[in-house]
Amino acid sequence: MNSWINLDALWKIVVIGLLAGAGLPALFALGLLALAPSDETAGSPTAAAPRPNMLGKLIAGLCFAAVLTAMGWGVYSIVHSS
Amino acid sequence: MTGNSVLLALVVATALGFDFTNGFHDTGNAMATSIATGALPPRIAVAVSSVLNLAGAFLSFSVAATIANGLVQTHLVTLTVVFAGLAGGILWNLATWYLGLPSSSSHALIGGVVGASLAAAGGHAVQWHGLTSKVVLPALLSPVIAGLVAVVGTFFVYRITRGVSADLRGRGFRLGQIGSASMVSLAHGTNDAQKTMGIITLALIANGSLTAHAKAPVWVIVSCALAISLGTYAGGWRVIRTLGKGLVEIEAPQGMAAESASAAVILLSSRFGYSLSTTHVATGSILGSGVGKAGAAVRWSVAARMALAWVLTLPAAGLVGAAAYATADGIGGTAGISTVFVVLAASVTGLYLASRRTTVTASNVNSQWSGSLAPARTAPAGAAL
Repeated sequence: MNSWINLDALWKIVVIGLLAGAGLPALFALGLLALAPSDETAGSPTAAAPRPNMLGKLIAGLCFAAVLTAMGWGVYSIVHSS
Repeated sequence: MTGNSVLLALVVATALGFDFTNGFHDTGNAMATSIATGALPPRIAVAVSSVLNLAGAFLSFSVAATIANGLVQTHLVTLTVVFAGLAGGILWNLATWYLGLPSSSSHALIGGVVGASLAAAGGHAVQWHGLTSKVVLPALLSPVIAGLVAVVGTFFVYRITRGVSADLRGRGFRLGQIGSASMVSLAHGTNDAQKTMGIITLALIANGSLTAHAKAPVWVIVSCALAISLGTYAGGWRVIRTLGKGLVEIEAPQGMAAESASAAVILLSSRFGYSLSTTHVATGSILGSGVGKAGAAVRWSVAARMALAWVLTLPAAGLVGAAAYATADGIGGTAGISTVFVVLAASVTGLYLASRRTTVTASNVNSQWSGSLAPARTAPAGAAL
């Protein structure tokens, strides 16, 4: 291994960093998308059904729970990395 | 022999002073984007960050004199070297804060200690390979990595939510921002408070009060945690303004992407034993969130000024550290360190007074960026703008 750059740590930081640092906001965005009323996403605002449906709420809940879990793992890793 | 307790007290006081500047210099790393998008009111944001820094400082227990390990020959480090290094770190932190430039507090401290070691014992006191591989190269890589993650995150976030109403999107991402910025604050407390704990431990070892390889005493941990937390609460509004308003005009989705990228990269790098500067990561992320959003304005001139400050951090803090060492050592003993302490306090006061002429506070931190740090003065009613 190169003595100037710790390449092994570097590629892990880049790959996992992309998964966590970019993947989690994307997952959060998916949750928001699921919460948005479906007629709004279709671009045809109607008076009826301004609330998201049950499935949307469920998907959003799962997305947000996954994000929270990952954050919990982050705190855990702070405490135990030492 | 337990050395000189007056000297030791001066060094500890200076170290805690450095920790305080470390706190307010870096508040913006975590909170600038949340303040800029209105996710949190400025005062609340710094309070949240302050509490999380305090918590973070207690979360991790692997405190040792690690800051200097592998960078300088620790057996050559004396109390005067530690003190002169801290003086260099503090002055550089305050000068960059005055200019509103986010620069790495760790680099300022390392630069100061390396400069003082050079002045004390010459080139062989510094482990150049360690300095390059542990400090210089990571500094070049970290903003690029964090920026890349933020570009990808920002791209996906806007792509996924392009059909979502601006209202829901704004509310949602402002909440997300609070979460991600909190993670950055926590990680910051864990990383940066430890550096001062390490420096004070180093001073105690150099003074003979602790044996080599001893752990930091509890009073060191508590006082460092408090100092960085208070510093964070003071809010480095000048730096916050540059990061939140100057670099990129930031929206809530960009803010969340940037802080998530910062949190992930900081936590991962400490997990894999790669020492990165929080400041370099945070700045890279914010820049990345500007690049990742189509049509977002990125002020590259501001970025270039920051990059210049980063390049100068190590040598500039090193020069001050060396000069402080030469002065303290030239006069000698307690009188020497006291003299430098007084000069340092005077410089700090001078910079503080100078900053009062163009104050940036919680109330004007978000004013329109008009090409410089100083917010336009509130125009009298009816004035044409």
